[in-house]
Amino acid sequence: MNRHYWLGKIFKGVMTYFIVGLFALFAALPFYQMVIIAFKSNADFNNPRENNPFIFNDPPTTDHIVYLFEQTEYLTFILNSVIIGVSVVLITLLFATPAAYSLARLTGRLGERLGILIFLVYLIPPTLLFIPMSQVVSFVGLQNSKWALVMLYPTFTIPFCTWLMFGFFRSIPRDIEEQAMVDGYSRFGAMWRVVLPLAVPGVLTVVVFSFMLTLHEYIYALAFTTSSSEKPISVGVTTELVRGDVFFWQSLMASAIIVALPIAIVYNLFLNRFVAGLTMGAVKG
Amino acid sequence: MSTVETVALVKHYDNDVIAVNSIDLHIKEGEFLVLLGPSGSGKTTLLRMIAGLEKVTSGKIYMGGRDVTHLPPRARNLSMVFQSYALYPHMSVFGNIAFPLKAKGLPYQERKKKVEWAASLFGIEQYLQRKPRQLSGGQRQRVALARALVHEPSVFLLDEPLSNLDAQLRASARDEIKQFQRRIATTTIYVTHDQVEAMGMGDRIAVMNHGNMHQIGTPQELYREPADTFVATFLGSPPMNLLNQKECIIGFHPEHFLPKDIIHEESPRFEFPFRVTRVEYLGADRFVYGIVPSESGHTRVISKIPSLVTVPLETDQLYTFAVLKEDMKYFDKKTGKRIDPIPFSMAVFEHAEV
Ligand SMILES: Nc1ncnc2c1ncn2[C@@H]1O[C@H](COP(=O)(O)OP(=O)(O)O)[C@@H](O)[C@H]1O
Ligand SMILES: [Mg+2]
Repeated sequence: MNRHYWLGKIFKGVMTYFIVGLFALFAALPFYQMVIIAFKSNADFNNPRENNPFIFNDPPTTDHIVYLFEQTEYLTFILNSVIIGVSVVLITLLFATPAAYSLARLTGRLGERLGILIFLVYLIPPTLLFIPMSQVVSFVGLQNSKWALVMLYPTFTIPFCTWLMFGFFRSIPRDIEEQAMVDGYSRFGAMWRVVLPLAVPGVLTVVVFSFMLTLHEYIYALAFTTSSSEKPISVGVTTELVRGDVFFWQSLMASAIIVALPIAIVYNLFLNRFVAGLTMGAVKG
Repeated sequence: MSTVETVALVKHYDNDVIAVNSIDLHIKEGEFLVLLGPSGSGKTTLLRMIAGLEKVTSGKIYMGGRDVTHLPPRARNLSMVFQSYALYPHMSVFGNIAFPLKAKGLPYQERKKKVEWAASLFGIEQYLQRKPRQLSGGQRQRVALARALVHEPSVFLLDEPLSNLDAQLRASARDEIKQFQRRIATTTIYVTHDQVEAMGMGDRIAVMNHGNMHQIGTPQELYREPADTFVATFLGSPPMNLLNQKECIIGFHPEHFLPKDIIHEESPRFEFPFRVTRVEYLGADRFVYGIVPSESGHTRVISKIPSLVTVPLETDQLYTFAVLKEDMKYFDKKTGKRIDPIPFSMAVFEHAEV
């Protein structure tokens, strides 16, 4: 019986790791492929019928990475993306946090309905909005500027993040902040010192989420930035490394990996809190 | 220390609930006042208005003679212990207790001294570095109390602070709070729905129901002279017996409803037929449940007999029980308010001249 028990346990462990391993492989394969391609020489890459596409048939080369940095505005794109991302994150936090807090606390049952209404705004697809938005952009004189994106992205990050933070704030007991008010703080002081520290997972979720949205947004970026000095990464590399029907595949892959790696690392560091953030918003929101 | 006064205090919630209906309270300096009432009677609402957490619909609140009706909580120099204790989960016990001092801008060294003083009062010095979630219910309650008194408030507000403790802890915590309040002599308003707690702790008790104040008085006053039938039936375990008469409602405590034979022959008294249905022996007392038959219907009545009295009582037997005339209370049939003694029609035996 004891032997059976151990066999069962081992079998279970093996199965678990086998399945998890399979999924990990499935998820990692595109990344592997990207890394391989990024370092492939043209001769190797352009002959997939005879060469195995999963390995280096010719010695790897860094030519295409050098090309990416020296012949395109890659660093400018990254810088633009960071500027846009950070600005949008700050703007979103600045608006979504107080909005969510007041919805959660001050308006009773009405707050919940308004919260859902605000969330509905998020569901309007940008593809519908970019034509009217172009009117707005030209009205404020931000054609061909990354600041147009800084202005536009909050139109969808704020609604979503307000809704997300709303769920968070509601899960924090009112007693605790009233206690802080009795203990000598103003409502703002109570929010700053007691509510916000407890909402850190929510704030982190908002940061990660808004940053990611700005990073992979394409329609607005394509419509409102035309010169290389203003483009964010998503539009920058795809317009400069695709010329007509010529794709600079190796450089494209390299550009994607260089951006994806640091994000993946940060993401993993905060993964637990991030998941808590999303599920809390979903359950309580 | 300061007085607390409410004048015609009213709270209507948006949903047309009148939670507090024109309450006049005058709490003396250093007094321990208990707000007593069943759940939903408006005790928490009244307390929250005094704390400044709930907007007042109309009326005034004074503290130490100062009108604080529209001041925020932080301008009232009070502290409050919530039913949930509301400890700050992200701070250590030290951080929790020091929090009100931080608001006052005390330098670290002084904060540290005061926190250690407050912690030692409640015997929680060894937990200062722990987080609230690492504490038991009783320890949490002590942290909440320590935090409430560390900044030496002039008024202490406690909302059912013992209801999350188990019965054993509750008794000792009740004692501790009471002793402690005597020592620091801070004006205290204590909310509870437990009349035993109220009777044991309060210098005075304010009895509320449906947002109305029924009576304010010392435990003895409430017991001896209940203002109306609500107070009479809410206090005491078991509570007062009420009998409907044509002219009024009469009431008497179970411990005053005794077998006729053990009452002194000379004492003026009322006698009742009493059919015993059940007898319970509870250590020091015998609870006798039964029915007083009359034309207007049978009324359930309880008698509480000290176990020193060994008169045998059998179920389903009819006995004659009696209540001393001086122990009989009278209430108006319509309003339920207590009235002066009036003759009532029930066949009674008045032994001696009054
Ligand atoms: N925020 C609120 N909104 C609407 N009605 C409330 C609110 N808080 C309490 N009430 C109502 O007011 C009445 C008194 O409640 P409360 O003061 O909590 O009583 P207690 O503390 O004596 O149990 C109850 O009928 C309750 O339903
Ligand atoms: Mg209550």
